[in-house]
Amino acid sequence: MISQLTVFLQNEKGHLSRAVSALADAEINMHALYVADTKDFGVARIFCETPEKAASLLTDAGFRAAVTPVIAVRIPDEPGGLARLLRFCDEGDMNIEYAYCFAVKDNSAVDVLKIEGDDSERKLLDAGFHIVTPEEIDAL
Amino acid sequence: MGNYFQPEIETMPRDELRAQQLESLKWSVRHAYDNVALYRQRFDEAGVSPDDITSLEDISKLPFCVKQDMRDAYPFGMFALPKEEVARIHASSGTTGQATVVGHSRRDLDNWGDCFARGIAMVGGSAASTIQVSYGYGLFTGGLGAHDGGEAMGCTVIPTSSGNTKRQVQMLRDCGTDILACTPSYALLIADTAIEMGYDPARDFAISGGIFGAEPCSENMRQEIADKLGIQYCDVYGLSEIMGPGVAMECVERGGLHIAEDQFYCEIIDPDTGEVLPEGEWGELVITTLTRECSPMIRYRTRDVTRIVSDECACGRTHRKIDRLRGRTDDMLIIRGVNVFPSQIEQVITGFPEIASQYQIVLTRKGALDAVELQVETEPDFQIDTVRVLEDLKRRLQAELKGNLQVNVDVKIVEPKTIERSMGKAKRVIDLRETE
Repeated sequence: MISQLTVFLQNEKGHLSRAVSALADAEINMHALYVADTKDFGVARIFCETPEKAASLLTDAGFRAAVTPVIAVRIPDEPGGLARLLRFCDEGDMNIEYAYCFAVKDNSAVDVLKIEGDDSERKLLDAGFHIVTPEEIDAL
Repeated sequence: MGNYFQPEIETMPRDELRAQQLESLKWSVRHAYDNVALYRQRFDEAGVSPDDITSLEDISKLPFCVKQDMRDAYPFGMFALPKEEVARIHASSGTTGQATVVGHSRRDLDNWGDCFARGIAMVGGSAASTIQVSYGYGLFTGGLGAHDGGEAMGCTVIPTSSGNTKRQVQMLRDCGTDILACTPSYALLIADTAIEMGYDPARDFAISGGIFGAEPCSENMRQEIADKLGIQYCDVYGLSEIMGPGVAMECVERGGLHIAEDQFYCEIIDPDTGEVLPEGEWGELVITTLTRECSPMIRYRTRDVTRIVSDECACGRTHRKIDRLRGRTDDMLIIRGVNVFPSQIEQVITGFPEIASQYQIVLTRKGALDAVELQVETEPDFQIDTVRVLEDLKRRLQAELKGNLQVNVDVKIVEPKTIERSMGKAKRVIDLRETE
């Protein structure tokens, strides 16, 4: 499991900018940012350095921020890479709450998954998937 | 000469009217003192007796009564008649836990019908008119109050009650309804529905008058209703504690609502000091019933803020008017005609451990209807990463509010500190509804 920084934002002009600026001021670098939005609010899921520090910093600044455990899987950046992973999850009855992906430098991609249940990481490891460790994230 | 229901009463010279009011006041105070323990005790404590009333001004010697007194006396503690003489009971919604019950004798109901029928005449109605009552029928006084008014006048009464708006339009059209009685927001919904159905009610329908009350209505909305339906708009004031709709009604000249002064004595007081204010000043309306047999109310504090208008009215009626209400002295909200207290909302929120205790209510007017937005924050340990979970929380809270308040509330989850924290009494309600 690795830590995702999660920020609850009202779906209003300037709110995302303010959150991101607060991270910038603390010199926290982000690798990826995904926003799930509804009519009146959004949830920003951020992949960044020192997520715990970022969450407490944002909380102090008045944001609703938290650290959420998610699974990150490293896969080859090629057609079918993600499809294989998701098919495995589907066949193993692992329900995915949400997912997003981003490419990294060495021709691979990181797929971030929020899966219901506790034993998903074990199942993925056993099946030979490359689970990203927190150390690896720092080296991205 | 105008169109009156009871010309001898409605146009009675003022000195005669005041003399009659004094006689009625003496009777009512004596009746209350002799038959309701609460009044006897209060008067005795204040050292006043019904015999001290020798002029209308003497009323200021008497103690006030308030809604809480009625709750404490629930259900029949303030009835001045034995049960066999009670013809009907109405009750207000038990918004703060306890409903208040008001009883009516046969004569009380007849008087009420007369009061409302005067309003029917004000919009040009007569025994030949058809009145459609689209207020809710039941414990709420709107439906049956208007119904009795229609019967007193001798109208054809269509008791549609509220709801099923397309059928309302159908009845309006097919039955040639002359007068519609309902809440202003419902009147506008009926008008808009008729237009959606392809009619132009102002041109296609016979309707010529509307009697609308039980909730605040802005001037713009009022105009819109009058234009769309092509009618004379009559604003009606009433409250279940005193009677129901018909305590005061608005004639064609506008500029206020004629109080049924033969049946009610109105004062305006300073809500903080309780002092009676000079005529024309704004303050809290206090009403004393002059004729009511079952539930006499002596100096009932309505919490409604208005003023008394005593200018001579071109319609010929001599009864003074109250101005359009400015609001309430306490924090009760009237949302789509339903009484809602912020404390009720607070109570619902306490049932949700995921929700923080700060909240804010924002009231706006969307089209014809009041819209309520409740802004809440989640507790810090509530998981925020899944939209589904947040939406589900919203939905559950909305359903619970609807069940408790009988009003649709749009829940909005906001970021921390969006809701202003203030010292002492928090600003929980932001009312952006246009009131003028």
